[in-house]
Amino acid sequence: MRTIDYTIEPPVVEGKPSLSSINEDIARPLETKPTKGWYIAISISLTMLLIGAVSLAITFIEGIGVWGLNQPVGWGFDIVNFVFWVGIGHAGTLISAILFLLRQRWRTSIARFAEAMTIFAVMCAGLFPAIHTGRPWLDGYLLPYPNQHALWVNFTSPLLWDVFAVSTYFTVSLVFWYIGLIPDLATLRDRTTNKIKKVIYSILSLGWRHSTKHWNHYEMAYLILAGFATPLVLSVHTIVSFDFAVSIMPGWHTTIFPPYFVAGAVFSGFAMVQNVLIIIRKVFKIEHIITLDTLEKMNKVMLATGMMVGYAYAMEFFIAWYSGNQIEQFVFLNRALGPYAWSYWIMVSCNVLFTQLFWFRKIRRSIPVMFVIGVLVNVGMWFERFVIVVTSLSRDYLPSSWGMYIPSIYDIGILIGSFGLFFTLIFLFIRTLPVVSIAEVKAVLPNSQPSHGGNH
Amino acid sequence: MENKPLYSVAATFNDVNKTLAAVQKINEAGYKNYDVHTPYPVHGLPHAMRLKSSKLGWVTLIFGFSGALFAFLFMYWVNVIDYPLIVGGKPFYQLPAYIPVMFEVTVLSAAVFTVVWMLFIIFKFPNNSHPLIDTEYMKRVSVDRFGISIQANDDLFELNKVKEFFKNLGAEEVFEIYYKIDELKDKPKIFDKKFISFLALTSIVVSAITYFVLNQLLFMSPFNWMHEQFRLNPQKATTVFKDGFGMRNPVEGTVARGYLPYPFKGKPADAEMKLVNPLIPTKQVLELGKEKYLTFCSPCHGNFGFGDSRLRGQFPNPPTLHSDRLRNMKDGGLFHIITEGQNVMPGYASQLTTDERWAIVHYIRVLQRSVNPKESDLR
Repeated sequence: MRTIDYTIEPPVVEGKPSLSSINEDIARPLETKPTKGWYIAISISLTMLLIGAVSLAITFIEGIGVWGLNQPVGWGFDIVNFVFWVGIGHAGTLISAILFLLRQRWRTSIARFAEAMTIFAVMCAGLFPAIHTGRPWLDGYLLPYPNQHALWVNFTSPLLWDVFAVSTYFTVSLVFWYIGLIPDLATLRDRTTNKIKKVIYSILSLGWRHSTKHWNHYEMAYLILAGFATPLVLSVHTIVSFDFAVSIMPGWHTTIFPPYFVAGAVFSGFAMVQNVLIIIRKVFKIEHIITLDTLEKMNKVMLATGMMVGYAYAMEFFIAWYSGNQIEQFVFLNRALGPYAWSYWIMVSCNVLFTQLFWFRKIRRSIPVMFVIGVLVNVGMWFERFVIVVTSLSRDYLPSSWGMYIPSIYDIGILIGSFGLFFTLIFLFIRTLPVVSIAEVKAVLPNSQPSHGGNH
Repeated sequence: MENKPLYSVAATFNDVNKTLAAVQKINEAGYKNYDVHTPYPVHGLPHAMRLKSSKLGWVTLIFGFSGALFAFLFMYWVNVIDYPLIVGGKPFYQLPAYIPVMFEVTVLSAAVFTVVWMLFIIFKFPNNSHPLIDTEYMKRVSVDRFGISIQANDDLFELNKVKEFFKNLGAEEVFEIYYKIDELKDKPKIFDKKFISFLALTSIVVSAITYFVLNQLLFMSPFNWMHEQFRLNPQKATTVFKDGFGMRNPVEGTVARGYLPYPFKGKPADAEMKLVNPLIPTKQVLELGKEKYLTFCSPCHGNFGFGDSRLRGQFPNPPTLHSDRLRNMKDGGLFHIITEGQNVMPGYASQLTTDERWAIVHYIRVLQRSVNPKESDLR
């Protein structure tokens, strides 16, 4: 048996790199010509984006009748994708804010990337409710502004809470991300020899000069933002779950939804961050900054949240039985055994069964295996939303109003397009901004902090 | 005056512990206007520099509470005062349903204003013209060196003394930081030609785009605001039907509700014989009759039926309604006259429903009885 000394925190960064080598490693992708691999990757993601754009254009011209939506399933891929992408975003805020408050220093190497992912995922998510309205150019009516109709929005509707939650989440995430970027942009400004880049970095870094008088306020602001982002991220998926839970649809009208949705969001988000980071650290050769230990810790979080999700699945069945409500009982039997049973079992096997492999240390530390499990988790979590949205709507109270939902080619095209948008933004991000926070990583290097008398 | 362009003397150190020790020494020597520049936040440094801990939390508190209060008051005003709308039978004021939006607005306002306050009010950013920006010194501290800069406006500042002081503290390099004179002289002018033309160009482009979007783009397909739909419009041609008419005639032989054809056309005697007033003269019926009489009949017949027209001879005055002939005429006869008209009086079938016509008949009876009451009425 190997014994591990838990009193010593393992170093965040492997192999004692110098402060200047951190600059070099992190700024390298921004200063070198992109590799062939990058061009191939971005062409694939742009192709996916184009497929989505064409599908969207056809949707705009023809109307959302081209989608698979019909009575009784009026919420289909659009809402499934919305919930999925918002969930993906949650891991970023969790890593950057909650783990910051919990003093988990291993977060520093992945926080920047995870935050960027949050922003891109929320952009993808925001697309879906917007196009779901059918006439997205009239979406301005979602906002309460004084208009010539003397009309206000309904502040007591969960759908409007969603507008506030998602837009606040996007804004605060963006501000949090930008605040973290300012010192790094200043570092890049001082580093670059390119005139155009210098102008851009100078504008974006606002004249940051690494002053301790500024760091003093900066750290306070960062703490405050982390403190606000934490309840915010919990509130966002809670409010998304209210869209369902506040209705009277069997299978939706449950009080377990908010915690269940938040756990699922963190679960899928971590899987996505882990997947993308595995590729990034390999391609940009920053394995010593984003270490295997960090990935292992992420796998542990996935194991924990995966079991929370599994508990929620079991509890839904238990409550259906315990409530004695026939309709509720039917809904859950229908999920497991009805026409959409295949999607239910994909969800259970991907989310609950395969993640149990993370109990083994070897699997937690094996990059190919954890990558595959991460992909499966994302597939499973996408199907979880599909199961929730579609099975409940397709068979509700009245058997005479039952119907099946079959997505059309445009639904699938827009889903592909959202992945294209997400990965295109990520590929552009890793070429234009530092994927790892330079200042934060420097601060957690060995010997970077005073050895005595520090005011901790 | 010679010293004026000098901003500060700055030195770099290669070790964080050395830097901390140097800060202690600087404090002891009594320098006040100095700053330490480090590539990352160093724990304990603000304390060593005797900086007060940041008061930014108060800004957050104030803006957070204002956000919550604003959201609450706004929603209350909208839901209770300005636009009360019943949704699902729930009350207008329902605090639990306001909580999510109040929470989001609190977070939004607190987070955004904290950052804005810090960057633009405390730091006075953007400030790219600061003398430290773009110096070799800044390039060192943004990589891996720790820098201390003692400003020239410090009371104890003397150029050579400070340089010597840094050397003794074990500084790696010592820099003299000067104001950039050309930047100091080059004050931005509002009426600068470039600036004005930039403003003009921007405003033209922005207004052109706005005009195009609001007046053109939004009326192009598919942004057609539901104007263009596959539907029939009244008075418009259509391709749906062979004859091209959008409006259709009713199917032959059908009768619209309330439009049964009048069976006694041109037969006043039959009408008087066979028609019976279906209404009972209740208060409502009489009030309906009064209202319709005053609207449609009184201009010629007068408010009380004496034939005292208000039209001042523009139309021949009708005889009084209180004549024996009309008093003895049965209800069906009066109804027939209202329906079909008589002499120069037109028919009112197109303006009054059947029930309204019968109600008028009742009201005429009231008028007649008020002029020629029965014995029993006088008792």
